[in-house]
Amino acid sequence: MTPEERTAAPPAPRKRSPRAGTWAVGGRGVPLPLLLPALLGLAFLLVPLLALLVRAPWSGLPEQLTSAGVWQALRLSLICATAATAVSLVIGVPLAWVLARVEFPGRGLVRALVTLPLVLPPVVGGVALLMALGRNGIVGRWLDSWFGVTLPFTTAGVVLAEAFVAMPFLVISVEGTLRAADRRFEEAAATLGASRFTAFRRVTLPLIAPGIAAGAVLAWARALGEFGATITFAGNFPGRTQTMPLAVYLALQSDPEAAIALSLVLLTVSVAVLAGLRDRWMTAS
Amino acid sequence: MTTRDRTESPARETGAGAGLDARLVVDRGSFRLDVALTAAPGDVVALLGPNGAGKTTALRALAGLVPLDGGHLRLDGTPLDRTPPEGRPVGVVFQDYLLFPHLTALDNVAFGPRCQGLAKADARERAAEWLDRMGLAAHAGARPRRLSGGQAQRVALARALATRPRLLLLDEPLAALDARTRLEVRAQLRRHLAGFEAVAVLVTHDPLDAMVLADRLVVVEGGRVVQEGAPADIARRPRTDYIAQLVGLNLYRGRAEGHTVRLDEGPSVTITEELSGPVFVAFPPSAVTLHRERPTGSSARNLWQCEVAGLETHGDRIRADLTGDLPLAADLTTAAAAELDLFPGAKVWGSVKAVQTHAYPA
Repeated sequence: MTPEERTAAPPAPRKRSPRAGTWAVGGRGVPLPLLLPALLGLAFLLVPLLALLVRAPWSGLPEQLTSAGVWQALRLSLICATAATAVSLVIGVPLAWVLARVEFPGRGLVRALVTLPLVLPPVVGGVALLMALGRNGIVGRWLDSWFGVTLPFTTAGVVLAEAFVAMPFLVISVEGTLRAADRRFEEAAATLGASRFTAFRRVTLPLIAPGIAAGAVLAWARALGEFGATITFAGNFPGRTQTMPLAVYLALQSDPEAAIALSLVLLTVSVAVLAGLRDRWMTAS
Repeated sequence: MTTRDRTESPARETGAGAGLDARLVVDRGSFRLDVALTAAPGDVVALLGPNGAGKTTALRALAGLVPLDGGHLRLDGTPLDRTPPEGRPVGVVFQDYLLFPHLTALDNVAFGPRCQGLAKADARERAAEWLDRMGLAAHAGARPRRLSGGQAQRVALARALATRPRLLLLDEPLAALDARTRLEVRAQLRRHLAGFEAVAVLVTHDPLDAMVLADRLVVVEGGRVVQEGAPADIARRPRTDYIAQLVGLNLYRGRAEGHTVRLDEGPSVTITEELSGPVFVAFPPSAVTLHRERPTGSSARNLWQCEVAGLETHGDRIRADLTGDLPLAADLTTAAAAELDLFPGAKVWGSVKAVQTHAYPA
């Protein structure tokens, strides 16, 4: 356990060295050139969150949070993030399996490409999605003329933009779990007459379920906070494509108190996710 | 050697292709496995050999988990070389069992029948029968981690048998057990294997497991079969140093002329058999008598000067490793060892009576 995780667990007993409080570990002092930047780093991460709490309009908060606009955005955010996670699971888990279990030329390159959205600026992702799935995009053109399906600037577009950005988290997590899992269980299943798919469904999937859950939570959290790809590909229409991050940004320009209130909601959700991760995942692996 | 062993069990010749007929060739660059295996239904064959001999690779090739680079594999006349593992009528008991941790013992055993297309209820019924037969009915609902080593071994056996395989493979079936459980499980396993009507092949590096469980041993060293035959025959007439060590014999190779064998390296040995040509000579360490002075008037015809290289306790006896004219292992009682005042480096005379040697053609 790292110290961060320990402090994230409210009821956990504080396990510190006997001489804790004197800033000495194992009887030796912490050198100042390390201690000062460390404290600065900690403050840097925590002060903004603290400021959010300090400046929150606590008295007007109930009113802010019960406004229809907030609930609309929150509801849309939760629905879209969950749908994006579902999409990621349906196509991301098989992708992770192929990357982990099938040897093919260029596998390393494919793996690198899959993780590209992790480092790609989300706005670029949004533009790329427009080029692919927009009305005149290389795929979107056919979707439009053959099926009459238009994705940009729709709720479905929000889901796609979020899935594009969030799925790599899931794929990486699941692939890592698959690589660490004992492949001989799959061999045992094969000797019992299970096809590769049956072995995957009845043996591998249950065994890697914790890894899938962890990846899904990560992907969900990433999707919930998605801003750049969403606003580029799906726009900012209240009730249709305006998710919480977009609402926060918009509110900040007209009604800063509302922005703070909305931010508090997202902060609460994030802390809840972190707590969930800690119990289900961090201690498990 | 091989041909003679085959004619010794006529069952193998009958039934036109019934049972196992395999030549397993697996090429791994620096290591090449080339092992021929035949067995009739009802046979229990043990692949015995040191670590890295290729036993487990042979087993995995039989199961289809390692592709063959050559040779052939036929089971009851059906070629299986190109059949994927899930299509082979083969059951495997893995060394550490590999019971699915998320399934109960019952569902582990029902897994195979389910994959064969049985309805869930029917598969569970069959699984319950198998668990009952293994004396595990009370543990049907237990997850593998709640089972003891012996119980897990029996669940693994039940799981492999529940698919009604024509070939049962066991990889070091007793290696994961502690000494006490081992004794009990070995006896149970022997009973289950005796009742198994198809071919069973087990891999082990433990000669006792091999001798207790198998009707026939195939000794594999460096990817090749070096000897095969009935356990008693192999124990009596080892043909390599590895087997001689396993069964606890001193083994030498030489040329016989009448009652004298001129060893390839070292002195001559007098034997009781009358042989000529290349032969093996074997005698147990307990047949060696040690003396500090050159014995006079001894009836032993075989006498060599030796030096003690090492001493270790071996049960209630002392095993002396000797170098000199002839590398030799000798067993003596603790009292005798004390009386002779043995220590590493001590010079001794070792003698063996001709009647205690056993010579056979190489």
